[in-house]
Amino acid sequence: MYVAVKGGETAINHSLELLADKRRGERSVAELSLEQIDQQLSLAVDRVMTEGSCYDRSLAALAIKQARGDLIEAIFLLRAYRTTLPRFGDSLPIDTTEMLAERRISATFKDVPGGQVLGPTFDYTHRLLDFSLAAAGERPLAPTAPTEEPLPLPRVGDILQRDGLLEPPSQGDDGHDLTRQPLMFPASRPLRLQNLARGDEGFLLALGYSTQRGYGNNHPFVGEIRYGHVPVSFVPEELGFAIELGEIEVTECDMVNQFAGSHDVPPQFTRGYGLAFGHAERKAMAMALVDRALRADELSETATSPAQDEEFVLAHSDNVEASGFVQHLKLPHYVDFQSELVTVRALREEVERRNREAAAAAAALDKAAE
Amino acid sequence: MNPILSASGLGKRFGDRVACRDVGFDLWPGEVLGVVGESGSGKTTLLNCLAGRLHPETGTVVYDSAAYGQVDVHDLSEARRRLLSRTEWGFVNQDAREGLRMGVSAGANIGERLMAIGARHYGDIRRTASEWLGRVEIEQDRLDDRPTTYSGGMRQRLQIARNLVSGPRLVFMDEPTGGLDVSVQARILDLLRGLVETLHLSAVLVTHDLGVARLLTHRLMVMQGGRVVEEGLTDQVLDDPQDAYTQMLVASILPV
Amino acid sequence: MSESIADASPASGGPDQAYNYAYLDEQTKRMIRRAILKAVAVPGYQVPFGGREMPLPYGWGTGGIQVTAAIIGREDTLKVIDQGADDTTNAVSIRRFFAKVADVATTTSTEDASIIQTRHRVPETRLREGQIIVFQVPIPEPLRMLEPRETETRTLHALSEYGVMQVSLYESIARHGRIAKTYNYPVLVNGRYIMSPSPIPKFDNPKLDRSPALQLYGAGREKRIYAVPPHTPVKSLDFDDHPFEIERWDECCALCGSRESFLDEVIVDDSGKRMFVCSDTDWCERHQR
Repeated sequence: MYVAVKGGETAINHSLELLADKRRGERSVAELSLEQIDQQLSLAVDRVMTEGSCYDRSLAALAIKQARGDLIEAIFLLRAYRTTLPRFGDSLPIDTTEMLAERRISATFKDVPGGQVLGPTFDYTHRLLDFSLAAAGERPLAPTAPTEEPLPLPRVGDILQRDGLLEPPSQGDDGHDLTRQPLMFPASRPLRLQNLARGDEGFLLALGYSTQRGYGNNHPFVGEIRYGHVPVSFVPEELGFAIELGEIEVTECDMVNQFAGSHDVPPQFTRGYGLAFGHAERKAMAMALVDRALRADELSETATSPAQDEEFVLAHSDNVEASGFVQHLKLPHYVDFQSELVTVRALREEVERRNREAAAAAAALDKAAE
Repeated sequence: MNPILSASGLGKRFGDRVACRDVGFDLWPGEVLGVVGESGSGKTTLLNCLAGRLHPETGTVVYDSAAYGQVDVHDLSEARRRLLSRTEWGFVNQDAREGLRMGVSAGANIGERLMAIGARHYGDIRRTASEWLGRVEIEQDRLDDRPTTYSGGMRQRLQIARNLVSGPRLVFMDEPTGGLDVSVQARILDLLRGLVETLHLSAVLVTHDLGVARLLTHRLMVMQGGRVVEEGLTDQVLDDPQDAYTQMLVASILPV
Repeated sequence: MSESIADASPASGGPDQAYNYAYLDEQTKRMIRRAILKAVAVPGYQVPFGGREMPLPYGWGTGGIQVTAAIIGREDTLKVIDQGADDTTNAVSIRRFFAKVADVATTTSTEDASIIQTRHRVPETRLREGQIIVFQVPIPEPLRMLEPRETETRTLHALSEYGVMQVSLYESIARHGRIAKTYNYPVLVNGRYIMSPSPIPKFDNPKLDRSPALQLYGAGREKRIYAVPPHTPVKSLDFDDHPFEIERWDECCALCGSRESFLDEVIVDDSGKRMFVCSDTDWCERHQR
């Protein structure tokens, strides 16, 4: 029963039990382990960590399992857990030039120092269903090059920047933490990037796409995408120097965009930036497009399109917020609806009364004319 | 007597483009000042600086307010400037859609200023709105229609009514007849001329159309490349232009 | 939704040891209390606060829950209603949440409650001094549907530039012959700020005026808190010649016979036969006795 006047509590309990039952599914099928999710649905784990803004593969896997594979629900679960965690400080910014890259490509130069590294990607697959995956069976290991010292990977952007062709990356952070302080407008770029990093991939993808179709075009080129491991360091107060906490996997996208220049600045290329946990190129690229679009004001461009509208983008990017508010329409609204009913009935009565009176008057006129 | 509006040394740049430079004038009560020049000459930027919608980089704009005496428009708090702009000022945009609420009825459009300054009697507001609709020559049975259903000329007249309902003393007009048919233009010009006279309005009018300037304005400023190149009584400037640019402007209109 | 709440706690009874008392950590509570104090000091003004992600979806009462969590103590007695009823799903879920994380006594009696968290109603029983009513607010900005931009609405509030709100009421009369707004009916608080009373029916608006109880409003998704201190004037916007009016019913409650309460319409059979009953279940029960 949807809304019982009495007995809601029991109904809720039953609903919870049913949900748990459905989650497990047919009992003759083996139960998924978190390790399986982490290893074999790793891109789902990456997305949940990115938009859940919490880097923990096993928690993300747990969330995915608990959410029955509904990633937005899993993101929500991870966020709600994250918010209860104590904060002991901020890590140092990661340095992606130190990345041990598994993949690194540039679309702006045929070859770049460090080389084009294709790595694991869907890009060169034919999208043919591989029925061999439907059967169990061990897969051969992929051959790897003999291990050597990781080559330093200079950023393509840095090379352009040396010639003054590309603006330097913006520096600094205003210390604003979106998960602790409300979003206020106008928002600084670091704050916008925080919001976009947590933002829904589908929403950013559509917005980024819209800029390519003329809604705020900014002539993008992929300067570079890199994916791999980077160390995370932290300076404990009592030590006063940085110690390495561990490594995380990230995908970074440096988008290079045309810019006409202004009074003080000669024409040069500008940047849009995207960063996501794990391997998430679509997300990082979409984020970079939207980041650049949102700089319209700063670069004295006329903002005419949704992707350039800071309040529009930032206020609607979060899928936990959006999902909750859209779905709250399922909650009972019968008080509000009752108020509307009362008013609509009264308005209808009034129209009917007017029509009756008009009809009566017309009839009287007809009669008088006879 | 003080000038109602007094500007001096106004300058504004956009990027490396100078929009206006060292512009100054006095506008006297009851006077209509025309600002003419080709598009890109800085007229609209100047108008926006005067009305406090843009901040000039140099110069001052002093307004002689009925409520507050002489005030520097750009030193005013935003609260006070907004209050002035809905009580003592009017602003007529070239595109009526920018000056109207397209989603609500004509009556609500005209009534907004009244409500913003405290009117709370629906019947009275409606009556006043209806009167104003009549004054700008729109049929009063269009009161509950939205401006989306109006023609371009009607929208412009509605925008004028919406501005004048609160009895402003100073009106800024940006190409008020731009983009309208010639016959429609003539009717609006007649209307404006009548209203300016009967309401004793002071006004700054920006136009590229010397015919409009001749019909409505007492004095004229000719702008080119962000500077004032000539100013004087309208008839004098148009009949005996001194500056080469003004001569070219005047020569380029077809004799009527 | 309620599922994650259930899962968040160990199977045993008593307050959950895995989380801080009343779920939020003490720093967060302090931050929310500061926002509440500011809200009380400036009645009707929307105070931005660092809203947290709660184990409940946005739009389902995260703002109200955070406010309640910041003010609740063990000696409190909590009542939670949704649509006036104590037993609707959302009310049950939130009440269970606090029973679990705050070890607090709960009640369905309006009189016995020290804190009442509500969605969409104000109880019919007159609130008294010392009580706190916490409203769940979906969209705190009363001007939002007229002006979508936050930077602009904040300016309009700062300058008391409320012509646009009156325009919307004017338009309603011009179109319908009356102010057709029925719930979330805008109010002017203490003669200064226009405020959204949350989506309560306008029937409840008069109860907000000079109420002896403290009214706190929490909007979790939009991260705003606002308040109306006890005995503060709250005026529903109107025109002199179209004064504010509340809903009336020809019927009385089919269960308790009350003629003064807000009635829900219940469809009782396939032919569309209707019955009217009190929306406030506690009020209805007491009047049936």
